[in-house]
Amino acid sequence: MTDMLDRRQMAYIASQAADARVNVELEAEGMTLNVGPQHPATHGTLRVVLRLDGEEVVAADPIMGYMHRGYEKLAEVRTYPQVTTLINRIDWLGSFANEVPFILAAERLMEIEAPPRAQWIRTILFEMARIANVTLFLGDMGVQLGAISPVFYAFRDREFILNQIEAATGGRFHPNFDRIGGVKDDLPAGWIADTKASLQTIRNFCDEMEDLLLGNEIFEARTRGIGIIPADVGLAYGMSGANIRASGVDWDLRRDNPVGLVYDQVDWKVWTHPDGDSFARYWVRLQETREACNIVDQLLDGIPAGPIMAKVPRIIKVPEGEAYVATENPLGEMGYYVISQGGLEPFRVKIRSASFSNMSITPWLLKGTYVPDVITILASLYFILGDIDR
Amino acid sequence: MFAVELAYWQETILKLLFAFVAVLIPAGATVNLYLFKMVSFMQSRLGPMEAGPYGSLQLVAEVGKWAQKEDIVPARADEFVYKASPYVVLLSTFLLVLVVPFGPDAFFANFGTGIFFAMAVSSVSVIGILMAGWASASKYSLLGGLRAAGQLIAYELPLVLAVVGVVIQAGSLNLQDIVMAQHNGEIFGWGAIGNPFILTQFVGFMIFLIAVQAELTQTPFDMPIAESELVSGYMTEYSGFRFLLFFIGEFATANIFAFLGATLFLGGWSIPPFLMDIIPGLAPELDATGAVLSEGGNSAAGMSPWFNLIGPIVMLVKMLALTFIVYWVRFTYPRFREDQLQKFAWKVLIPISLVNIAVTGVLKVVF
Repeated sequence: MTDMLDRRQMAYIASQAADARVNVELEAEGMTLNVGPQHPATHGTLRVVLRLDGEEVVAADPIMGYMHRGYEKLAEVRTYPQVTTLINRIDWLGSFANEVPFILAAERLMEIEAPPRAQWIRTILFEMARIANVTLFLGDMGVQLGAISPVFYAFRDREFILNQIEAATGGRFHPNFDRIGGVKDDLPAGWIADTKASLQTIRNFCDEMEDLLLGNEIFEARTRGIGIIPADVGLAYGMSGANIRASGVDWDLRRDNPVGLVYDQVDWKVWTHPDGDSFARYWVRLQETREACNIVDQLLDGIPAGPIMAKVPRIIKVPEGEAYVATENPLGEMGYYVISQGGLEPFRVKIRSASFSNMSITPWLLKGTYVPDVITILASLYFILGDIDR
Repeated sequence: MFAVELAYWQETILKLLFAFVAVLIPAGATVNLYLFKMVSFMQSRLGPMEAGPYGSLQLVAEVGKWAQKEDIVPARADEFVYKASPYVVLLSTFLLVLVVPFGPDAFFANFGTGIFFAMAVSSVSVIGILMAGWASASKYSLLGGLRAAGQLIAYELPLVLAVVGVVIQAGSLNLQDIVMAQHNGEIFGWGAIGNPFILTQFVGFMIFLIAVQAELTQTPFDMPIAESELVSGYMTEYSGFRFLLFFIGEFATANIFAFLGATLFLGGWSIPPFLMDIIPGLAPELDATGAVLSEGGNSAAGMSPWFNLIGPIVMLVKMLALTFIVYWVRFTYPRFREDQLQKFAWKVLIPISLVNIAVTGVLKVVF
């Protein structure tokens, strides 16, 4: 009886204290707003604690780790071929791109090189993963700004690319297709023609987005001059990918460090934008999607014949050593630092994922903006939660 | 022809019944037609297909679902205000429909300052929204409620000013008079289609549409709700039946504003005069001067009683045309930021509508 009374009294005191806290928050200068971990704009479980003065952000603090799955540690008790299954789930929208740098690092340690045809297939699928990833951003940016329809077009047209990835690899979302020394299978018959047709739908989609969003006055008013990242600040925060290219930094690992992929065989260009605002980030990604279509188109035309696997032992043992390989993934630079002690499993895998570094600028960037702009900026930085919390 | 003598209480009950019909039936129709189907086709999907033939009973299923849900009141909410606010929002919808005429005798109330009354009661919903935003004890709701208050007050002004042009041209605040002014109007002596004010007041019509879009908090002016920022704004904490009331309020108000727009700019319940000459039995009763007979403050008393049946259908068609624009815009455009919205209201819409009033006044004197 007394126990219950005590508990009731404690609950009452707690509620009074909570009331007092709310009153302090509402009436004193500013209030604290938790955006997330459950919030429609964080597409996942990112939590941003905003200190607000009216609707102006005084301080912003991103809190990560709600979806930490411990892949670096798990990789230490998996054999090398098994690790690809795990790291597929890092950036889940462009899964194949996650596998490539890890496999390349393992290949470097084993001193194996994949045969040319395998390299071409890798590059084709790598770019298709980029298309599958970035098309969703192109539509999703509209949702974050209040235009609901574009994301449906993104899902509709992305489906064609996913179908092609599935036809080649057997997995729509998680291909798990890259192998040390090559790729799992050759391309199926008729795949090249079908892929070319699906690239055309993506090109049409890009034109559609340019009409619907990029050319829209409200879209411009909401994104131009919002969330400007100067090139030096962006570099100091370790940003990469389209985010830094939108600040005018001409830096793309596909061109500057093409390890194991055949980007030097095709004619393409790196898109940059001098402004560094949300509009520039959208624009650069739109152009990159088109460029990716061009790259895949050219690769499909020139794909060489030959084997798809190098000579690899049945049981993969990686000799002792360390290797870091980074590639230009859809979200930015993604690298794997692999340390091997000569066993079946890696001794240590450090994953450098792009979104984690890209997110680190948010406290600096969000200060002094308004609540609606917070959403715009977070959307334009384009992070995938799996890529932040590995 | 339809002369039925009713006691006052019988008439009141009938009117109450018809008010519910006039609010709920069009709301259900537009939700089913536009929110479920048209938008789905816009977004290359089918929309509801399972409930009833072609998904036509989806709304019934939704209402059933909401009615069953638990009515949750947040622990720290101000319970009375929290529970009352959906009714306040809905009250403004029902007050609005009172002044809309659906035929020569088919109206709920016909008073001299009809449109003035409509503009006044349309702002009652602001109070309900502020109540909801404050009483929910949620920060998202609070932000949404305050945004809504700022927005609705800012857009009340262009809405009223857009209507003033029509009022000047019709020379009356009475909605029945405005309908008849359009019906009897002539375009340089050619009266076959009357003179719907959308032709002469096109600027006013555009401002009216934009301001209505903002009044209804539909995209591109939906920052009080802003799903991607404020979850659901002032409605965040509501569930079950109270959410349904907000939902009805939102979509029914869209229809009532479309009814008002049809009355002000598209000729209301009347059909073009040349059609009346063709169809037998629709000839109006004229008074000694050759104008349509007016009686007891009702300027449409001389119109054929058939219009009490035709009028609601004509109004429904015009309302569907206007709400189509509302939903088309809603699902195409991104949303403004509040400061941009305020700038747009004060720096663009209000000056243009003031110029519109001045020009209308000058032309009224000239012609």
